[in-house]
Amino acid sequence: MRERPAKVVVRLEVNGDRHQLAVEPRTTLLEALRYELGLTGSKQGCDKGDCGACTVLVDGRPVLSCLTLAIEAEGRRITTIEGLAKGGKVHPVQDAFDLSGALQCGFCQPGMMLSAAALLERTPKPTRREIKEALSGNLCRCTGYKQIIDAVELASAQRALPERDERPTTGASREG
Amino acid sequence: MKGENGHPADVPAAQDQDRSAGDSRVESSPAVIGRRLRKVDGLQKATGQARYTDDLRLPRMLHCKILRSLHAHARIKRIDFTRCLAHPGVLEVLQGSEMPARYGIIPWTQDEQALAADKARFIGDEIAAVAAVDELAAEEALELIDVDWELLPALIDPEQALREQAVKIHDGSKQGNISKRVQLEFGPVDEAIARSAAVAEESFHYAGSTHAAIEPHCALAHYDAGGNLTVWSSTQIPHYVHRELSRVLGLDPTRVRVIQPFLGGAFGGKSDPFALELVVAKLSIKTGRPVKCLYTREEVFWSHRGRHPMQMHFKVGLSKGGKIEAVDSKILIDGGAYSSYGLVTAYYAGQLLTGPYHFGSYRFDSTRVFTNKPPCGPKRGHGSVQPRFAFEVALDMAAEKLGLDPIEVRRRNFIGEQVKTINGQTITSNGFLHCLEVVEKASGWKERKGKLPVGQGLGVAGSMYITGTAYPIYPNEMPQSGIQVKLDRSGKVTIYSGASDIGQGTNSVPAYLLAEELGCDPRDCVVVVSDTDLTPVDLGAYSSRGTFMVGTACVEAGRKLWALLAQAVGEKWGIAPDAVDGRLGTVFGPAADQRMSFREAVQLAEAKFGTLCAAGSYRTQKLGGDYRGGTIGASPAYSFTAHVVEVEVDRETGIWRVERVWAAHDCGRALNPTLVEGQIEGSVYMGWAEAAMEEMAYLPSGLHRGPSLLDYRIPTSLDTPEIESFIVESVDPNGPHGAKEAGEGPLHPVIPAIANAIYDAVGVRLTELPFHPGRLLRLLRAKH
Repeated sequence: MRERPAKVVVRLEVNGDRHQLAVEPRTTLLEALRYELGLTGSKQGCDKGDCGACTVLVDGRPVLSCLTLAIEAEGRRITTIEGLAKGGKVHPVQDAFDLSGALQCGFCQPGMMLSAAALLERTPKPTRREIKEALSGNLCRCTGYKQIIDAVELASAQRALPERDERPTTGASREG
Repeated sequence: MKGENGHPADVPAAQDQDRSAGDSRVESSPAVIGRRLRKVDGLQKATGQARYTDDLRLPRMLHCKILRSLHAHARIKRIDFTRCLAHPGVLEVLQGSEMPARYGIIPWTQDEQALAADKARFIGDEIAAVAAVDELAAEEALELIDVDWELLPALIDPEQALREQAVKIHDGSKQGNISKRVQLEFGPVDEAIARSAAVAEESFHYAGSTHAAIEPHCALAHYDAGGNLTVWSSTQIPHYVHRELSRVLGLDPTRVRVIQPFLGGAFGGKSDPFALELVVAKLSIKTGRPVKCLYTREEVFWSHRGRHPMQMHFKVGLSKGGKIEAVDSKILIDGGAYSSYGLVTAYYAGQLLTGPYHFGSYRFDSTRVFTNKPPCGPKRGHGSVQPRFAFEVALDMAAEKLGLDPIEVRRRNFIGEQVKTINGQTITSNGFLHCLEVVEKASGWKERKGKLPVGQGLGVAGSMYITGTAYPIYPNEMPQSGIQVKLDRSGKVTIYSGASDIGQGTNSVPAYLLAEELGCDPRDCVVVVSDTDLTPVDLGAYSSRGTFMVGTACVEAGRKLWALLAQAVGEKWGIAPDAVDGRLGTVFGPAADQRMSFREAVQLAEAKFGTLCAAGSYRTQKLGGDYRGGTIGASPAYSFTAHVVEVEVDRETGIWRVERVWAAHDCGRALNPTLVEGQIEGSVYMGWAEAAMEEMAYLPSGLHRGPSLLDYRIPTSLDTPEIESFIVESVDPNGPHGAKEAGEGPLHPVIPAIANAIYDAVGVRLTELPFHPGRLLRLLRAKH
């Protein structure tokens, strides 16, 4: 190995959990999440910021974790797909993606769902055009995007409903 | 919220009218089939819990990187690893001579080596490999491998490769650089052309495109102390990978296990055995440690196996009444450096064109040549998307000469149901006319065609595609798909399926079908998949075979088990087994008090018969034409599609935009309409992208112009047009509950429908793909 710089300690807050990691300064946030913390829900599709599969939320905003150094995320609030479900309940976006057929191979979808969740935080009732714009940094090769856009609309409608014990769904669910 | 059986109550109770007393099982409406159910693994994917190959790590795992050729055609004189092995972190190296056996997906054309031992045949060809403690060390070490090259003249252009006799890319080729030539004629084509009332003759060019699945190829191997090799791979053909690993590595197949974890898209791009699978396996054997290799995005472009560039010359002759008298095509196929599926491609370029229309006579002459570029292979709609584009445009051209409406000419030539095509393929169900009718109506064709302002236009095209190949890739008499099902006394149904889910949903199809056959709740089905140690053989996710073949096996296994349940329950109630019915977890008889849970029924049957399990198979049917090559293109069922596309063209810039695509697809029966619509929409998107922007472009040296997702542009959510999908159900007599394919057929008509719509809008014929605005602008300027 060429002379490598010494590892540095970085403090990351991921999905509410605080971690201290020793990483090489060159380590990307994506590498730290996937290979140091085992949060493999964030995907690497191109490793150069073209595909969006590595999207995570940093302080609530979608960020390409393959173009972000782990040390840049020091002290920031990071949300990965593993942190989107709360208290054993999936986020409306996750539920809607499943119901709408948006999850074909599923590989681009963690990033896509985080972009969608961030959109709904800032624009609870987006138009289809706004949805397309918000997701335009996340490439999907399976769906042709239609069922994804439908899913975000469905999630938007579900979020607007008052909290209830039983969520209306149209399909069979299954425990993994 | 829990339902009766302790499940979330989101499967609505069966409607009473669905199970009125006395209805036979067959007549009652399906409980599961046709419903918009969730996928069995949807929430795993939604929550990031689904584990793809690169998500797996093993203790002591090494990382592998592969050295690739920088020369399009060069002999390897010597590889020196001295500097590489001295690099800290490097544990092992590998070169082609250590694994010389040639392999390839088609048994008759095996011309690949995991690492080229004699020469490199394209820029990106695999030459050597390194295993190191981490990825960075492996990558650094690649630069320290010294290769002595003898440069050879490179053949980049397929026409040049066809003419060239002195330079051979494969020494073993019988004739020059020809990979495969197919010439077939059905009926006297020249006479039929001569007597045609209208003949269209045109040359077309398809530039070549790639799959660009978002997950790059990845493989992880572990050779354990007991001499067992396990390979986890992002493959859509675990069974063939199993065979090739065993053969190339010289391991007994009982010592090899291949597992396909969740797969991040494939589209045909993961349906060959790839270098990385063999390389990590060999390096694991050499080091005794697990070894992983993850391709970079650039390497995915080199690995390619995408859609072939084709130069196509077509003649289509119509009678005065608009009947297709003759179709004559000559096609030059640019195969790239290796055979891959090329033998089949050369056939498919002709064999799959003979529906949904009746051909009076037909001839094709297709030649695949080797060139020093990344090898082409099967991409969604293998071999037939390109000639379908050419033919559907030529058909419009000929119809125009007769003053015939494009939908009308397609209707007049409908081949029908339960017929043989001119090349001897058997068509069973055929919903093409219904597809045409649906898109004609939805698009307002009758009211709007010919009446839109200049610059706006409508175009139509149709197509046919196979639902699986009738025969396995290597000849054998064994089933092409198997299913094993185990019933637990808890009421849980465990299904073992070897099928490869690449996103299309074949993990879910067995749960839907078994729940239908057994009358259980689909949520009580667990599907164990794609593991050659655990699951019966399925040949893989290619040629749109999954639902039809796996589904047929599921129905067989399900009916065997249901017979046992019905007998045990019938005996308890004192009624005939066929008076017993089951639905969504409840088993019942004609009388109001004859009800029990599925769990109780299983326990009765287990008490009577012992442990409950059953298997089902899909067996090869004898099909196809009685001539050499007549079985290639033979399929147990064909799907049909019709699209209407509306475009708007800016005549000043040549920029065109698809306003909307209406896509109707005959999938036989939609086992889950949501999944079928997803396949239709994804297909339309992919075909439209090939028309609009995608091209595997090379420099004259054979270097790819931009092997990245920035340079090889694929569409975003903003680019993709509005798509309206329509499901047409012809209910195939042989498919499981009537189902046929949906994953590939709906891609075919998009490209010609766009070309035909652009002609309708501005009066110029685009014959070269992709339809870059510059290309259209040149034609527009030439016209005026």
